[in-house]
Amino acid sequence: MKRFIGFIKKEFYHISRDKRSLFILFGMPIVQVLLFGFAITNEINKVDIAILDHSKDATTKEIINRIAASKYFSIKQFIHHETAIESAFKKGEVKAVLNFEKDFGKKMVTEDQATVQILADATDPNTANTISNYIRSILQTYTAEVNKNIQLAYQIEPKTHLAYNPTLKSVYMFVPGVMTVILMLVSAMMTSISITREKELGTMEVLLVSPLKPIQVIVGKVVPYVFLSIINAIIIVVLGIFVFQMPIQGNLFLLAAESVLFIINALSLGILISTIAATQQTAMMVSLMGLMLPVILLSGFIFPVSSMPTILQIISNIVPAKWFIIIIKGIMLKGVGLAYVWKETLILLGMTLFFIALSVKKYKIRLE
Amino acid sequence: MNIIKYIIQKEFRQIFRNKAMLPIIFVMPIIQLIILSNAATFEVKNIKFAYIDNDKTSFSRELVEKFDASNYFAVLTDFPSSKIATSAMLNGKVDVVLEIPPNFERNLLKEKKTDVSLTINAIDGAAAGVENVYANQIVKQFNKKAQVRLMQAGNEMKKLQTIETIPLFWYNETLNYKTFMVPGILVMLVTMITLFLSGMNIVREKEIGTLEQINVTPIKKHHFIIGKLFPFLVLGLVLLTVGLIIAKLLFNIPIVGSIGLLYLYTVVYILVVLGIGLFISNFTDTQQQAMFIAWFFMVIFILMSGLFTPIESMPKWAQVLTEFNPIKYFVQVMRMVMLKGAGFTDIYPQLIKTFAYAVLMNGLAVFSYKKVS
Repeated sequence: MKRFIGFIKKEFYHISRDKRSLFILFGMPIVQVLLFGFAITNEINKVDIAILDHSKDATTKEIINRIAASKYFSIKQFIHHETAIESAFKKGEVKAVLNFEKDFGKKMVTEDQATVQILADATDPNTANTISNYIRSILQTYTAEVNKNIQLAYQIEPKTHLAYNPTLKSVYMFVPGVMTVILMLVSAMMTSISITREKELGTMEVLLVSPLKPIQVIVGKVVPYVFLSIINAIIIVVLGIFVFQMPIQGNLFLLAAESVLFIINALSLGILISTIAATQQTAMMVSLMGLMLPVILLSGFIFPVSSMPTILQIISNIVPAKWFIIIIKGIMLKGVGLAYVWKETLILLGMTLFFIALSVKKYKIRLE
Repeated sequence: MNIIKYIIQKEFRQIFRNKAMLPIIFVMPIIQLIILSNAATFEVKNIKFAYIDNDKTSFSRELVEKFDASNYFAVLTDFPSSKIATSAMLNGKVDVVLEIPPNFERNLLKEKKTDVSLTINAIDGAAAGVENVYANQIVKQFNKKAQVRLMQAGNEMKKLQTIETIPLFWYNETLNYKTFMVPGILVMLVTMITLFLSGMNIVREKEIGTLEQINVTPIKKHHFIIGKLFPFLVLGLVLLTVGLIIAKLLFNIPIVGSIGLLYLYTVVYILVVLGIGLFISNFTDTQQQAMFIAWFFMVIFILMSGLFTPIESMPKWAQVLTEFNPIKYFVQVMRMVMLKGAGFTDIYPQLIKTFAYAVLMNGLAVFSYKKVS
């Protein structure tokens, strides 16, 4: 036991001696949560647009003023001919062009209908769609005011209730996501690399002929990263609560227990990778390309799983991060207890046992 | 010149000798490109929808049918009470619940006014916003039809002034998300592979101790660096080529602009990435460190590149920061040239900035590289 504690101490020394990695280890979650909270959003805001006004009357002027006053758009230029549209798009100067037809105001009065074209640069389809929707809603508000003397009967009013996140803050989505990614990174990637490092440098041999049992060597390697991961998880949750006012509705102990389960899951994955990879470079690339990207993209962290093709939805079931994200979103934001997430917890537990069994089977005590 | 040739030869041999790395360098990015391009979508489809119909009249059923007919909503079930609906939402089984109040039809006909309530799981704020718009549109359309029907019966129809909007989506008429994502993901993969490999390469020699052996040979500093970096430039271009072929054949992404221009820019860009990789490896002692630092910057660069979320949406200070992000320029150029057919003059600003970046990074890297340990 004493030997084992000594070994763990050695691992801690190793990690704490490497100041640069430590700095990044703790800096990364902070920077990521802050970036996601403050800078990264899908909401459009002051998008540059151009106006092509063929009629230049009071009506179009009024509409243009309303668009310019909205917080979504900023009118970058007025163009005078259709041919200028293409070059503005190609240079990327504007994202959309509003094309008012000739005699716009007159047609509104005499024919009760006038036409405006919304030309959007749809290389970014999401933004193009949002722009077109917002312009339409500005126009709708305008026509509603024009028509306000005509009483509308038979109204159905939809009352919307936005559950769990009434102000639609994106940080609610990202805090659980960033936590998952960081735990996966620290646990799986760092352990796999630190074990293969001993292999590559030849020090693994020294450890294997020492009186320490192989299982002790592995556990000793893993323990420091458990600590680091837990500290990271705490930092992220604290940032979420105090910087972004994210409420933690559920039980903190349950949250902690589920996080530890996920950390062990990721660590067992890391050990599994290290039994396969011979060099640090291989271990890193496998954990990076094989773990990180699926964790970020197939887990529902950024992109909704339900919109993906069926085959990817099926594949996403084998990504442990997906289940963990469901669990912690439930606990943090919906305030549910184990009664609602026992199924996901069992799946995570099963995966963990499977990875551990597999790595025990693959683990070689002898060097070839 | 000969020395450089030998170093390059050595590097290529080392790359091709490592059988575990080869599939990671060449196969993994292709699989990633195929999978991620399908996964990376902000489109909201197959919304998990359920309803509570407390009215059970022809009107309420008609409204539910409208949701059923829409492509966005997958109607799962109806709940007898809102309590059960809430529990299903806690479970994650449904995301949108429509509740039709009792006397829905009667109120509409008698009092000419009624309401319905929509509950949306808003944890994913962006998706919830879209779901809200879709659900409201359906209710409004239903409302409009009902108005026309009821008013004609009562002959109360009045003339309304309307503005007709015609949206025209240039370069991507069907709003296909893959057209947007594939060029971006290709950028990400090319950058990741070249940055990580170059960043770890020299550190590896340091760690194993072979760098010292090279340092005592007459190989000059610039020979060594050029010899080290050239293979990764070639690798990056091969990856780009494979990626473009997949984009064209598998995803049917239009390549409108000049491919030569794309390659010209990519060469300059990869030089930037390699300069950063080299710089990192000069300042680190172990591969673990190098990888970690590379990963740190990579994540920030990707998030701030406009690859997934538009740069214009960021606050001003963040937009200023993106000026220093090489990935941003590559993402822009890829999309501009591939999708819009932008020419040399259109991408000139990006090209110049990237070139300046390349000179700066490689200058720093060469300057900080010491032949002594």
